Amino acid sequence: MGRVGIIGVGQSNFVRGYPGSIRELAFEGFKEAMEDARIQIKDVDASIIASAPEYDKQRSPAGVIAEYLGLIPQPTFCVESICSSSSTALRMAYSMIKSGLHDIIAIIGFQKMSEISSSESQERMGRGADIQWESPFGTMMPAYYAMYARAHMARYGTTQEDLARIRVKAATYGQMNQKAVYRRPVTLDMFTDPESTMSVTVAKPLRVGDCCANADGSSCIIVANEENAKAMCDKPVWILGLGAASEAVNMAGRDLLTGLSVGIEAGKQAYEMAGVTPRDIDVAEVHDCFTIAELMAYEDLGFAKPGEGRDLITSKETYREGSIPVNIDGGLLSKGHPIGATGGSQIRTIVLQLRREGGEMQVKNPEIGLVHNIGGVGLYGNVTILGR
Amino acid sequence: MAKKEADDRFKRFGRISFTAITRANDFIGYLEEGKVMGTRCKECGAIYFPPRSDCFRCLRSDTEWFEISGTGRLLSFSQLNYGPAGFEDDLPYTIALLDYGEYKVFGKISKDIPYEDLNVGMELRTEVDTLPNGQLSYVFKMP
Repeated sequence: MGRVGIIGVGQSNFVRGYPGSIRELAFEGFKEAMEDARIQIKDVDASIIASAPEYDKQRSPAGVIAEYLGLIPQPTFCVESICSSSSTALRMAYSMIKSGLHDIIAIIGFQKMSEISSSESQERMGRGADIQWESPFGTMMPAYYAMYARAHMARYGTTQEDLARIRVKAATYGQMNQKAVYRRPVTLDMFTDPESTMSVTVAKPLRVGDCCANADGSSCIIVANEENAKAMCDKPVWILGLGAASEAVNMAGRDLLTGLSVGIEAGKQAYEMAGVTPRDIDVAEVHDCFTIAELMAYEDLGFAKPGEGRDLITSKETYREGSIPVNIDGGLLSKGHPIGATGGSQIRTIVLQLRREGGEMQVKNPEIGLVHNIGGVGLYGNVTILGR
Repeated sequence: MAKKEADDRFKRFGRISFTAITRANDFIGYLEEGKVMGTRCKECGAIYFPPRSDCFRCLRSDTEWFEISGTGRLLSFSQLNYGPAGFEDDLPYTIALLDYGEYKVFGKISKDIPYEDLNVGMELRTEVDTLPNGQLSYVFKMP
């Protein structure tokens, strides 16, 4: 069996309140990826839809979206691992192609967070983790990540300012990314300025500036077997390594509070499969739903030793010109985080980087890139390593 | 024959419970008695908190209850300034995780303890808490 290549990538603009339906939203990312791949609808012999269904009014969206995109009668189904859904879909597509079952698969990630009202959304936020044993205490996603931040600060001396620096970096590149929802500059001073929204405490020690924004958006990744990828595409990007892991949903079931075990485990698997080490990674997209999540990812993926993630950001080594550029597209912090579409957007960024099509965000001559995509509060983790 | 009444005691857990029926419903009965309890597998001795009705280690469903006693070490905590729907009136409140060695307990810090007094590593104990609306929960307090 040959390699599996990515032959087309696309994403919609990530926006607040998309003025259209979920199928129209899905079309935007799909159209861009199909035009990028320069293939016909009939060439796609299966589709995988990635979405977190608690945000959808449509029951079982896969069939509806596949039909709208002209992808029937080919098989379609939905995969879900919350924020990591489209990376999980990539894993499925890889195995379906490696098995010989399919030749070309379209992975369509989408989320229209504004599909439900803000009160419905507020209610769902309370059910983000273990609904039986934790939600009755009034938990929220930022508070869980805040507990990781507090533990990291207590053990390693990481500061709120270290975290703020990650947001400043994200905003540096968010301003360059025309598809990002948040495109304004962010400075360190804003985190201590009572007049700035960035300084407002959400869940101690995390402030508004430490949190990514909700957004509506879609993404699409088209993968093909080696034969098709070579025949149809000038610059295929190959899937070199895949890793995936899961963790206890309840905080009480976890041993590590200064990193995400799923990131560590998925990273190990992906490095081993690709036969590379953290030092070989030229550009990375990590799951920065909160600033602390990016800092922990530096350590979980081996870009820094445990406790030394802060050194990477303070020395600007994760900037575009640094030794390991991370989230040079603005990350979730600037792009926004349309759950089911997020992983596909991260993959798209790395594919464009490896094709040297990153424009203003392009890092210098990357050969190997990494995508780290987490679902929930470290409940699911996917790490994907891509190469030219 | 009268319809058998569902044992939906679990709807009384916490400020808002999202679960009504579980085979671990006796947890609520024990809270009524002032006890926070976990479960232990009678077959293999595995200890579970939060309590489980089934043991994945030996695939048996024969558990016994044990009481959470003594103190646990504060592993981490966060004070929320925003809460989900239905929790707004309680803000700000602080969630936390205690390490009891053989198991950990996730819950909420008692409002008796000022936020400024909290430190990772300090010892706290777990105590049953009856909420103003009659719901049952537990909080972490000073030993």
